[in-house]
Amino acid sequence: MTPAPLSWRIERSTAASRTALAGVGLAVVAFLTLPLWGDSGDMRLGVEICYYLALAQAWNLLAGYTGLVSVGQQAYVGLGGYAFFALSVLWGVPPLTALMLAGAIAALLALPTAFVVFRLRGAYFAIGTWVVAEVFRLSLARVTPLGGGTGMSLPVAVVREVAEGRALRDVIIYYLGLGLGIGTILMAFSWLRSRHGLALTAIRDSETAAASVGVDNRRTKLAVYLIAAGISGLVGALIFLEKLRISPDAAFSVGDWTASVIFIVVIGGIGSIEGPIVGTIVFFALRALLVDYGAWYLITLGLLAVVIMVVAPQGLWGVIARPLGLQLFPVQRRLHWLDAAARPE
Amino acid sequence: MAWTNIVLQGTLLGGLYALFAAGLSLMFGVMRLVNIAHGDLIVLSAYCALVIVQATGLHPLLSLALVVPLMFALGYALQRGLLNRTLGGDILPSLLVTFGLSVIIQNLLLEAFSADSRRLQAGALETASLRLGDQIAVGVLPAIVFAMAIAVIALLQLLLYRTALGRAFRATSDDAETAQLYGVDIRHVFALATALALAIVSIAGVLLAIRTNFDPSIGPARLLYAFEAVIIGGLGSPWGTLAGGIVLGVAQSLGAAVDPGLEILAGHIAFLLVLVVRPRGLFPRLAD
Repeated sequence: MTPAPLSWRIERSTAASRTALAGVGLAVVAFLTLPLWGDSGDMRLGVEICYYLALAQAWNLLAGYTGLVSVGQQAYVGLGGYAFFALSVLWGVPPLTALMLAGAIAALLALPTAFVVFRLRGAYFAIGTWVVAEVFRLSLARVTPLGGGTGMSLPVAVVREVAEGRALRDVIIYYLGLGLGIGTILMAFSWLRSRHGLALTAIRDSETAAASVGVDNRRTKLAVYLIAAGISGLVGALIFLEKLRISPDAAFSVGDWTASVIFIVVIGGIGSIEGPIVGTIVFFALRALLVDYGAWYLITLGLLAVVIMVVAPQGLWGVIARPLGLQLFPVQRRLHWLDAAARPE
Repeated sequence: MAWTNIVLQGTLLGGLYALFAAGLSLMFGVMRLVNIAHGDLIVLSAYCALVIVQATGLHPLLSLALVVPLMFALGYALQRGLLNRTLGGDILPSLLVTFGLSVIIQNLLLEAFSADSRRLQAGALETASLRLGDQIAVGVLPAIVFAMAIAVIALLQLLLYRTALGRAFRATSDDAETAQLYGVDIRHVFALATALALAIVSIAGVLLAIRTNFDPSIGPARLLYAFEAVIIGGLGSPWGTLAGGIVLGVAQSLGAAVDPGLEILAGHIAFLLVLVVRPRGLFPRLAD
């Protein structure tokens, strides 16, 4: 017996999304070739854009999909940075190995942290993660071999291990950042297209419904939490390798590593892959525009995020893309009816 | 004797933390809204008092007569104009909007008053102390703060359980939709809850400003203390909040006695321990 021919097929991309993908391709080429046409200032900006992209994707997976609104991601940026310094300076691990290990260490430390903060629900989880980040900051400020409260600089010997000359070092750090930025987006994309992504989307839309169709909510949430911590740790290690200096206040800054990231995701559009990308563009554009106005920059960013959350919670990307059916990273499954007559009313 | 003294000072400090926490707890209790800008509103009240004291020459404690109604009005307007729009099934909007407010308030204060640290001068009151025996003395100011915390919490308890407004608060807390069916205007009730919370916040802010130096950046740490006191005490219980504040204050004093650098850390660790051992707090009343 042969099965009846299907009257529909499942599509994942639309014509508009294929066109838009070409635009993304151009941007990727521009980023890939940046060291050929840009100076070291451009590369530094490029790295910064990449690590905000990665942090925003990680936070979006947490808050946008699993409802784990963390205000404590600076914990893992800081831990990643400090793990990198400890490994490379105190134990002589080669810098690039230390970088990778730092991400793993951050993810590992997220496990006991999750044990504590997962006892708090919803909004209390948010503040609980913040307390934990403060505990890490205050604890590391007491570790004298890592410079205590004032922090420490990366010794020249370690810096030289990355590459002998400054120009080559800039290029290496740039490509590491780019890899991290693009890698995080691709990881989020392939994850969301997989079976696990379906679980994640189900949790985003309704936790109860997700659990009722067999999604293990707690396990999925824990996995996302650990992965977000690992990404943030890698970013942290890279940030402080680039800055060549670390201190508890800079490493565990809620403003730099969490507030900005939250604004990026909210402004761009929470719960999509494109949102954090759009948000990052807006964030850096606003920063360039308001560079001379000090605190007004953060006030504007905060106001924009508040207005968007109240007026258009789907964010700028939602406002632009939804009417056009635009998707850069198609993770949905659409039914396309081959035979119009078979379509149920 | 030294340890008794430390615990006593910590208990008095706990009164201030209970004041921080009472407003946060009230807003969460009535409308399940966790106000991330809570600490920054404490600092905002401190600056309000500073401006009033500088303009009128009033004693800082008397400035409360102006700061409290001002913050009450701000609270009502904030809830009615903005925060009511963020409430609903999903906690994300209210959380992110109050987070945005926190950053906005901090940076506006920074623009207006710079990052310099300030203090409200309360004259002789700052250094006055009461002798309790040979080796123990209590500052008059910390004692006043503690007494005010008890008064505020007692009044809050009375309001919640003995007045029509309190009944509306509790009804809305239990089930907002059903409360509406019985003629409760929940938008108005929510606004009154926030107004009342900010009135308490303003008392906390002025007392904080007399007790210690403040600058625009200290808000988030006050939010964390308030939050810790609420969780240690157990959700939804005003007297539990006072106990939570005291546990936190004592933990910080003990930490500071061991090593000044341990003060804040000891408080956070006490909180995490309670969370692990008794996740619902020491005196739980409300189910989340």
